[in-house]
Amino acid sequence: MSDRAEPLRPLPHPVTPEARPYWDGARQGRLMIPRCRACRRAFLYPRVACPFCSSRDIAWEQASGRGRLHSFAIAHQILNKAFKVTPPVVLAMVELDEGPRLLTNLVDVAPDPTALRCDMPVEVVFERLTDEVALPMFRPAAGAASAER
Amino acid sequence: MASVPMRELSGSTCIVGVDESDEIGTLPHKSQLTLHVEAVTNAVRDAGLAVSDIDGVFTAGQHSPATIAEALGIVPRYVDGTTVGGCSFIIMAGHAMLALHHGLCDVAVISHGESGRSGVGVSPRRDTALPGQYETPYGFGGAPTYFSLITTRHMHQYGTTLEQWAQVAVSTRRWAALNPRAKNREPITVQDVLDSRPVVWPFNILNICLVTDAGGAVVMTRADRARDCARRPVYVRGAGEGAEHVMLTQMRDLTASAATRLAGQKAFAMAGVAPRDFDHVMLYDAFTSGPPIMLESLGFCKPGEGVHFFEEGRSTPGGTLPINTNGGGLSYTHSGMYGIFPIIEAVRQLRGECGARQVPNARLSLVNGMGGMLSAAGTLVLSSEP
Repeated sequence: MSDRAEPLRPLPHPVTPEARPYWDGARQGRLMIPRCRACRRAFLYPRVACPFCSSRDIAWEQASGRGRLHSFAIAHQILNKAFKVTPPVVLAMVELDEGPRLLTNLVDVAPDPTALRCDMPVEVVFERLTDEVALPMFRPAAGAASAER
Repeated sequence: MASVPMRELSGSTCIVGVDESDEIGTLPHKSQLTLHVEAVTNAVRDAGLAVSDIDGVFTAGQHSPATIAEALGIVPRYVDGTTVGGCSFIIMAGHAMLALHHGLCDVAVISHGESGRSGVGVSPRRDTALPGQYETPYGFGGAPTYFSLITTRHMHQYGTTLEQWAQVAVSTRRWAALNPRAKNREPITVQDVLDSRPVVWPFNILNICLVTDAGGAVVMTRADRARDCARRPVYVRGAGEGAEHVMLTQMRDLTASAATRLAGQKAFAMAGVAPRDFDHVMLYDAFTSGPPIMLESLGFCKPGEGVHFFEEGRSTPGGTLPINTNGGGLSYTHSGMYGIFPIIEAVRQLRGECGARQVPNARLSLVNGMGGMLSAAGTLVLSSEP
């Protein structure tokens, strides 16, 4: 048995080759996103062709880490047996300032629908699961607390 | 929108047989394949045909159409296994229409069987690669964790409320009370829904469909042959489909379904009908927020106004637009891929077989279903007349 505690979350699996820069960046505390060099739009999840214009000319860049809470839900019951974080957990869809959306958790907030609202500003934080894997999560953006009340 | 040849297909094929498996509900003594075979043999008998007449096999889910054909002991000359979620069976009625029209088969069966509750004779889930990489580490998994995000955004954008979603469950339960095959038949109130067990806010347990074991099947043939079958034929006047996304992050607008809009437009254009023409409506109700959003995407009302059909009582027994008259996925049955059951109910309504829940003079029925999280959609316009 390892002396490191087992992660409470299932690790991302399978990590696919086209997503390697995303996960390498997360391990280093950087949110990396692909951007199409032809139409200049950023997108997630990582793909080898742009979902907007089909160009294969894709580059990676570090995202600002800022975005807005596009939608949220509060899980009182976890249906996924491999996920062992004690509920309630705030499930979230974040829209990055660069445009792409991702599913994530909102942390450092009360799991209370009256304390949350769609479009509130959020910023990325990373939760390390293992030496190799860290997950991007989001929390209310610094200075945005008054806007939520 | 629809080309001229699609208009010519309108009314050219019919649904001539429908039925469920022998039982629906909690069935630990029956395998998934048994649910298929029971449903097909029952639906073929309903049509006054024999299993040996089937030469087109359509199914979605874990089993291939070849598995269903083999279990039935037949060698079909046409198969279709399109699997885009629970609406696949609705989409397949359109595919069967095309195959029948072009003579690729003469008697088509669309079969569903799912041991969704008891898990007897089931296979591992497929196509989990992308969610496994990007979603399950966050606790996503299970439809309520995703459809809740659609629902919250709709509430933010249009001001819809928990009370309004609850009205959908109340209306649907009123229909279930009139259906002897429905699982949950006791009346409920808005307050009951609001007080029920929290699962994933904004959903409590009464906002979420049942989880059951069930099979269902639909038999189709061309209109000329349909007149020789046992029951009054129900004509496929319009059919449409669409598929937008699988991953919820890729849905262009969380509050409106592009796939549903496309499927509805195609089906209505083919049939030459508009939303105001329908006597009866069946909408895939995995969650209480689904049917109102579908009505909006289909053009029955403006965005944000779908809930009014339920809170004003139009959808209930005696209402002007009866919706989900079998009791729906919320109260009748929901095996996982529910889409065969709204077709079965629409056919029974159009035949006038529904007893206490019969919609008087039902002549034109809409069936609309989703796959995944409003990801794919199928729409049918069904009529008692060609």
